[in-house]
Amino acid sequence: MKSLMKNRLAWPVIALAALLLLNQIFRPDFLSLRMQDGHLYGSIIDIMRNGAPTILIALGMTLVIATRGIDLSVGAVVAIAGAASCAYIAASPEPASPVTAAMAVLIAVLAGLLLGVWNGFLVSTVGVQPIIATLVLMTAGRGIAQLITGGQIVSVSNDHYKSIGAGYLFTLPVSILITAAVFVLAAVLTRRTALGILIEAVGINPVASRLAGLRSRNIIWIVYVFSAVCAAIAGLMISSNVTAADANNAGLYIEMDAILAVVIGGTSLAGGRYTLAGTVIGAFIIQTLTTTVYTLGIPPEVTLVFKALVVITVCLLQAPKARNLLRSLKAAPKPGTKEKVAI
Amino acid sequence: MNEIVPVVEMTDIAIGFPGVKALDGVNFRLFQGEVHALMGENGAGKSTLIKALTGVYTIDSGTITVLGEHKQFSTPAASQAAGISTVYQEVNLCPNLTVEENVLLGREPRRRGSIDWKGVRSRTREVLAELHLNHVDPGSLLSSHSIAVQQLIAIARSVEINAKVLILDEPTSSLDADEVNQLFRVIRDLRDRGVAILFVSHFLEQVYEISDRMTVLRNGKLVGEYLTRDLSRMGLISKMIGKEMEALAELDQAPARTRARTGSEVTPFVEARGLGRKGSVSNVDLSIYPGEVVGLAGLLGAGRTEIARLFFGADKADEGSIRVKGVSQRIRSPRTAIDKRIGFCSEDRKEEGLIGDLSVRDNLMLAMQASKGWARRIPRRVQDELVAEYIATLDIRPANPDALIRNLSGGNQQKVLLARWLITSPELLILDEPTRGIDIGAKTQIQKLVNKLATEGMSILFISSELEEVLRLSDRVAVIKDREMVAEIKNDDVSVEDVMTVIAGGTQ
Repeated sequence: MKSLMKNRLAWPVIALAALLLLNQIFRPDFLSLRMQDGHLYGSIIDIMRNGAPTILIALGMTLVIATRGIDLSVGAVVAIAGAASCAYIAASPEPASPVTAAMAVLIAVLAGLLLGVWNGFLVSTVGVQPIIATLVLMTAGRGIAQLITGGQIVSVSNDHYKSIGAGYLFTLPVSILITAAVFVLAAVLTRRTALGILIEAVGINPVASRLAGLRSRNIIWIVYVFSAVCAAIAGLMISSNVTAADANNAGLYIEMDAILAVVIGGTSLAGGRYTLAGTVIGAFIIQTLTTTVYTLGIPPEVTLVFKALVVITVCLLQAPKARNLLRSLKAAPKPGTKEKVAI
Repeated sequence: MNEIVPVVEMTDIAIGFPGVKALDGVNFRLFQGEVHALMGENGAGKSTLIKALTGVYTIDSGTITVLGEHKQFSTPAASQAAGISTVYQEVNLCPNLTVEENVLLGREPRRRGSIDWKGVRSRTREVLAELHLNHVDPGSLLSSHSIAVQQLIAIARSVEINAKVLILDEPTSSLDADEVNQLFRVIRDLRDRGVAILFVSHFLEQVYEISDRMTVLRNGKLVGEYLTRDLSRMGLISKMIGKEMEALAELDQAPARTRARTGSEVTPFVEARGLGRKGSVSNVDLSIYPGEVVGLAGLLGAGRTEIARLFFGADKADEGSIRVKGVSQRIRSPRTAIDKRIGFCSEDRKEEGLIGDLSVRDNLMLAMQASKGWARRIPRRVQDELVAEYIATLDIRPANPDALIRNLSGGNQQKVLLARWLITSPELLILDEPTRGIDIGAKTQIQKLVNKLATEGMSILFISSELEEVLRLSDRVAVIKDREMVAEIKNDDVSVEDVMTVIAGGTQ
């Protein structure tokens, strides 16, 4: 049992380590960190900072996927959250005050909450399939964001707001700290309460869960709200980092990266057992890949192919069938003497 | 009878799945112009035999001949090409297409490469007329018709392809009496025209009404082939059930316990009046008193599980009423039932009981945790105590709370599910086939436990296919037949034969 638990995170960790090592070989200063003006700098820090929004969204996505669902609307929620907060700051009489920044954050989080309630309503109460239910908001959400920004890119100049995505605290980028806080919160919330077990129960066997008296509706609602709030915070980071809201491009395709991070991290799309730590590692792998592409000087036109190759390798290494195949190839050098593998 | 060649002859058929012999040395013959009923309990091998004949499963050994010709069906299409047509319980047509499109799907008459819609219309009319379905508009959507008519249209399709063999798998399960009569008229018509009909149904009376001959299977083996008029209902039932309960009779006789007090001076824990659900069961009048074990007897598929599900709110009742402790209640969901202190162990452990990828501990705690809600996690210390206690009391092996439940044996899984409910200290526990598919040791343990719980005052609704077991444990037995509760017997010196007589409807 122990070796199995180890195995669940083993492959993602190995893949991440291999990627980092590869970078280190091509750029000897890759893993080094340095202090400058009280801030920590280095490629690793860059990877973490750039990956922060994806990690956040992937955390929410993990819980949604654990209940056999999926949330395609996170990219649109990113756009709406950014649009709402920036539009508020731009329209406020004191666009540079800390109170305005705080209100903008509150508005974005509330917007996320509301959108999550909507998704949860469609999935848990109306009974729409998750992929369709969230597709609604995925398409409509960008339109809503456009409406809020009036079709323009809304630029703001508020240093307090800017610090969410680009600021530093205790020598570390604020976005990394926020992401770490959400990770700890999610871990505590799911493991200190019974939420984690109940999410897994619903994901593994919804029929049996219902007969055991579980109200899956509430559970499903919670995970969609959590996912949307995570996306809203990510939207704050993204818009704050560039001090502007771009309704069209903010968080574009981020749902794909998030889903990928969950899968690479070892949580099955079929629902059930999940791992938040695995998801974080999965998101790091994706972000490190992007960096690796630059380090290795891979031409931009084959970048996506390279990414795809790494992702499919990691996924294959985790698939039981592929592993059995590898094992039987190793175990049976001579044809005709192979033992039967129980499937 | 003169020497006629059977339309279908299956000889010495065997089919195995990993760990199970689904069919073993089964012979089956089907003659032209007869209605042949295939009888047996669930899991006896009826569906497997049909699937072997229709090419869904490939047989491991044995031979199939159709009209004297040796056949090896590897696909359903091959079987259909040989003239074998099947109408399933759930109509397998396309509800979004019209009647005529369904009847002629894939065989539409063509003219110069495109479909001749006039020809389709007239051909469909002809076929429908043959089945006395003149009132059905060929251009109407299939989904606009009742299930009964849809089924007849499915039959029309097999008439159109000139099927020599028509297999009807549970065709009447969702039909009312008039619709059944209409269907039977069509079946007799087809029989008189020389079609060989294989009929499968759980409804004994219907089988006796329509069939000429029957083949009985039990546990994947052939029991025998009989003319319907030569085999009494009693004879049929004992052939279907068999005598495998003998093994159990050798078990320790359960210690006698003082029978629960029943009657007007005591309020029953639960009392159902005229309980039913459309298309499922009807007319259930059943009271269960504190400390009483009530057994549900009846053939598999008679409606026992359906009744249990109504009591638990797994399905919503739409007729009749339920009183819990004398107060009228609507049980809308399992959760409401659990709040009223009712627990339910489903007969389908894997699909409706286990959370396979979770540990024994999590599975044990699930019902209690669910009723507390997600926010109030049961402290680990309390969990450990409860889990240790129940693992010890019920002798769950391995005694490891962190083992994944799917790796446990059937008997131990069943004990974990029982413990899941016992932890919530229910006042009524519904046990649907709690001893099926588990070894004899675990079986005795569970029976003893049922006895003990009742002695301690719990009400228990006990469902089992093994009449011996039902009689050994129950204070009273409710007999279910053809989806209705037909009798209630007080269990003093009642024999298995007595109950079987009631199940057979008293007609010897």
